[in-house]
Amino acid sequence: MTHSVDAAAVTAWLREFARLVAENKGLLTELDSAIGDADHGTNMDRGMTAVLAALDGEAGKSPAALLKRTGMTLVSTVGGASGPLYGTAFLRMAAAAGDADGLDAGSFAKVLRAGLDGVVARGKAEVGDKTMVDALTPAVDALDAALAGGQPLGEALPAAVRAAEQGREATIPLVARKGRASYLGERSAGHQDPGATSVTMLVAAAAKALGA
Amino acid sequence: MNKLINDPSTVVSDALRGIAAVHPDLHVDHENRVVRRADAPVRGKVGLVSGGGSGHEPLHAGFVGPGMLDAACAGEIFTSPVPDQMVAATKAVDGGAGVLHIVKNYTGDVMNFEMAAELAEAETGVSVVSVVTDDDVAVQDSLYTAGRRGVGVTVLVEKIAGAAAEEGRPLAEVADVARKVNGNGRSMGLALTSCTVPAAGKPTFDLPDGQMEVGIGIHGEPGRRRVPTAPAAEIAEMLVQPILADLDFTGGDGVIAFVNGMGATPLIELYVMYQEIAALLSKAGVSIARSLVGPYITSLDMAGCSVTLVRADDEILRLWDAPVQTPALRWGR
Repeated sequence: MTHSVDAAAVTAWLREFARLVAENKGLLTELDSAIGDADHGTNMDRGMTAVLAALDGEAGKSPAALLKRTGMTLVSTVGGASGPLYGTAFLRMAAAAGDADGLDAGSFAKVLRAGLDGVVARGKAEVGDKTMVDALTPAVDALDAALAGGQPLGEALPAAVRAAEQGREATIPLVARKGRASYLGERSAGHQDPGATSVTMLVAAAAKALGA
Repeated sequence: MNKLINDPSTVVSDALRGIAAVHPDLHVDHENRVVRRADAPVRGKVGLVSGGGSGHEPLHAGFVGPGMLDAACAGEIFTSPVPDQMVAATKAVDGGAGVLHIVKNYTGDVMNFEMAAELAEAETGVSVVSVVTDDDVAVQDSLYTAGRRGVGVTVLVEKIAGAAAEEGRPLAEVADVARKVNGNGRSMGLALTSCTVPAAGKPTFDLPDGQMEVGIGIHGEPGRRRVPTAPAAEIAEMLVQPILADLDFTGGDGVIAFVNGMGATPLIELYVMYQEIAALLSKAGVSIARSLVGPYITSLDMAGCSVTLVRADDEILRLWDAPVQTPALRWGR
């Protein structure tokens, strides 16, 4: 078995996601101020800062335990729509990870898809609604396809990042149908969705931390 | 950004310390950011919990007290509170008759209250019923949006359902009263300026001089369209006509007319607006039974106003008139 995603790898993934969110806090908030309420960057940064603090006490736990702690911390600290959506994603990932000490590439892809299913269930959004689903869905699909084609995780994850980026760019012309942006109607077109942007960072963080 | 703050990240907790200092009849749980009646839980009375992002003051903490809310949860600025806060509030006000959650229809609020109701019921067995307010007629095609936003009617739902709970009525009936007020309420808002969220440090949207946003919500989200500024009489038309087009307000026992300031509009302008709105309603055959004018559900330092009409029956008027004693609404005792 190659590329076992163990507790250390999951921790590295979460740390890299937190770093990307912190670095792009201003960008996320700026995107959100165009079509939402100008708080996505500050909210996600507050949540991931809390996650980092929580992870300090969880060293050596299973991937599932780390993902669960992350989900609960996000639900408890982020608020808005992002808290329940990201929180549910991580809680579903934890459930899908089971009690294994490490996940192979196929299991990790299943874990990520469980997260996507959680977001869809909680937010009742589909592709084309101009939400985080627009980037996460193609990313998970691309990961599955690349692994099915025999690529190792180290090549499959960059493919997932490219798909997420394309999905993120594709939100620009869309008219939002979910969340606060939907109240703008046609005026939401021409703006990149902040949720699709932050979830692309989640996938990019996975590629950097898990793909080696 | 010129604001009376220490630091953008401490605005909400600093304000809660202020509320605690001003109002000894309220109890502030700073850890959970919950403001509740000091005498809660009231035995045998349905508990009313609401909450939402901060920045809409006096909503919601200003409406905590006898005759209205039992507790309010304060989120970050314009950000829904988290389920932990709502669970703490629910437990703190459950007097054995169950708890009503009053939730404004915004995606984040709905999802967090949904998780909170599940958690509170699972943890303590307390009965929770949620009523979602959705009165904003600016949201036209709700098939393709998250549905109408909950705005001004929330204040009236909290007052009227609060009075029903004070009468000792059971949870299902208090929830029915809340739904009745929401179902008979419609709102429309307009912004003359953007607000500035402290953490962002600059206005949320850029509104050139001589322009205004029609059909705004309460979070500085831009409205449905941008038009040149106009005299108050024309603005009143822009706000009242979509409301009257959406629901028949003639007949019955008249309406409760609520003209709300968005935070930076002085009362003199709200009075100017009120008399224009009253004239329009009179011309349309709508009689005003009660009225409320002032900044009650605001959007930080946004200038502008919103109009809410609630078609009233005898029960709604009686409950509206019932005594209330909160920081921001106070009459009858």
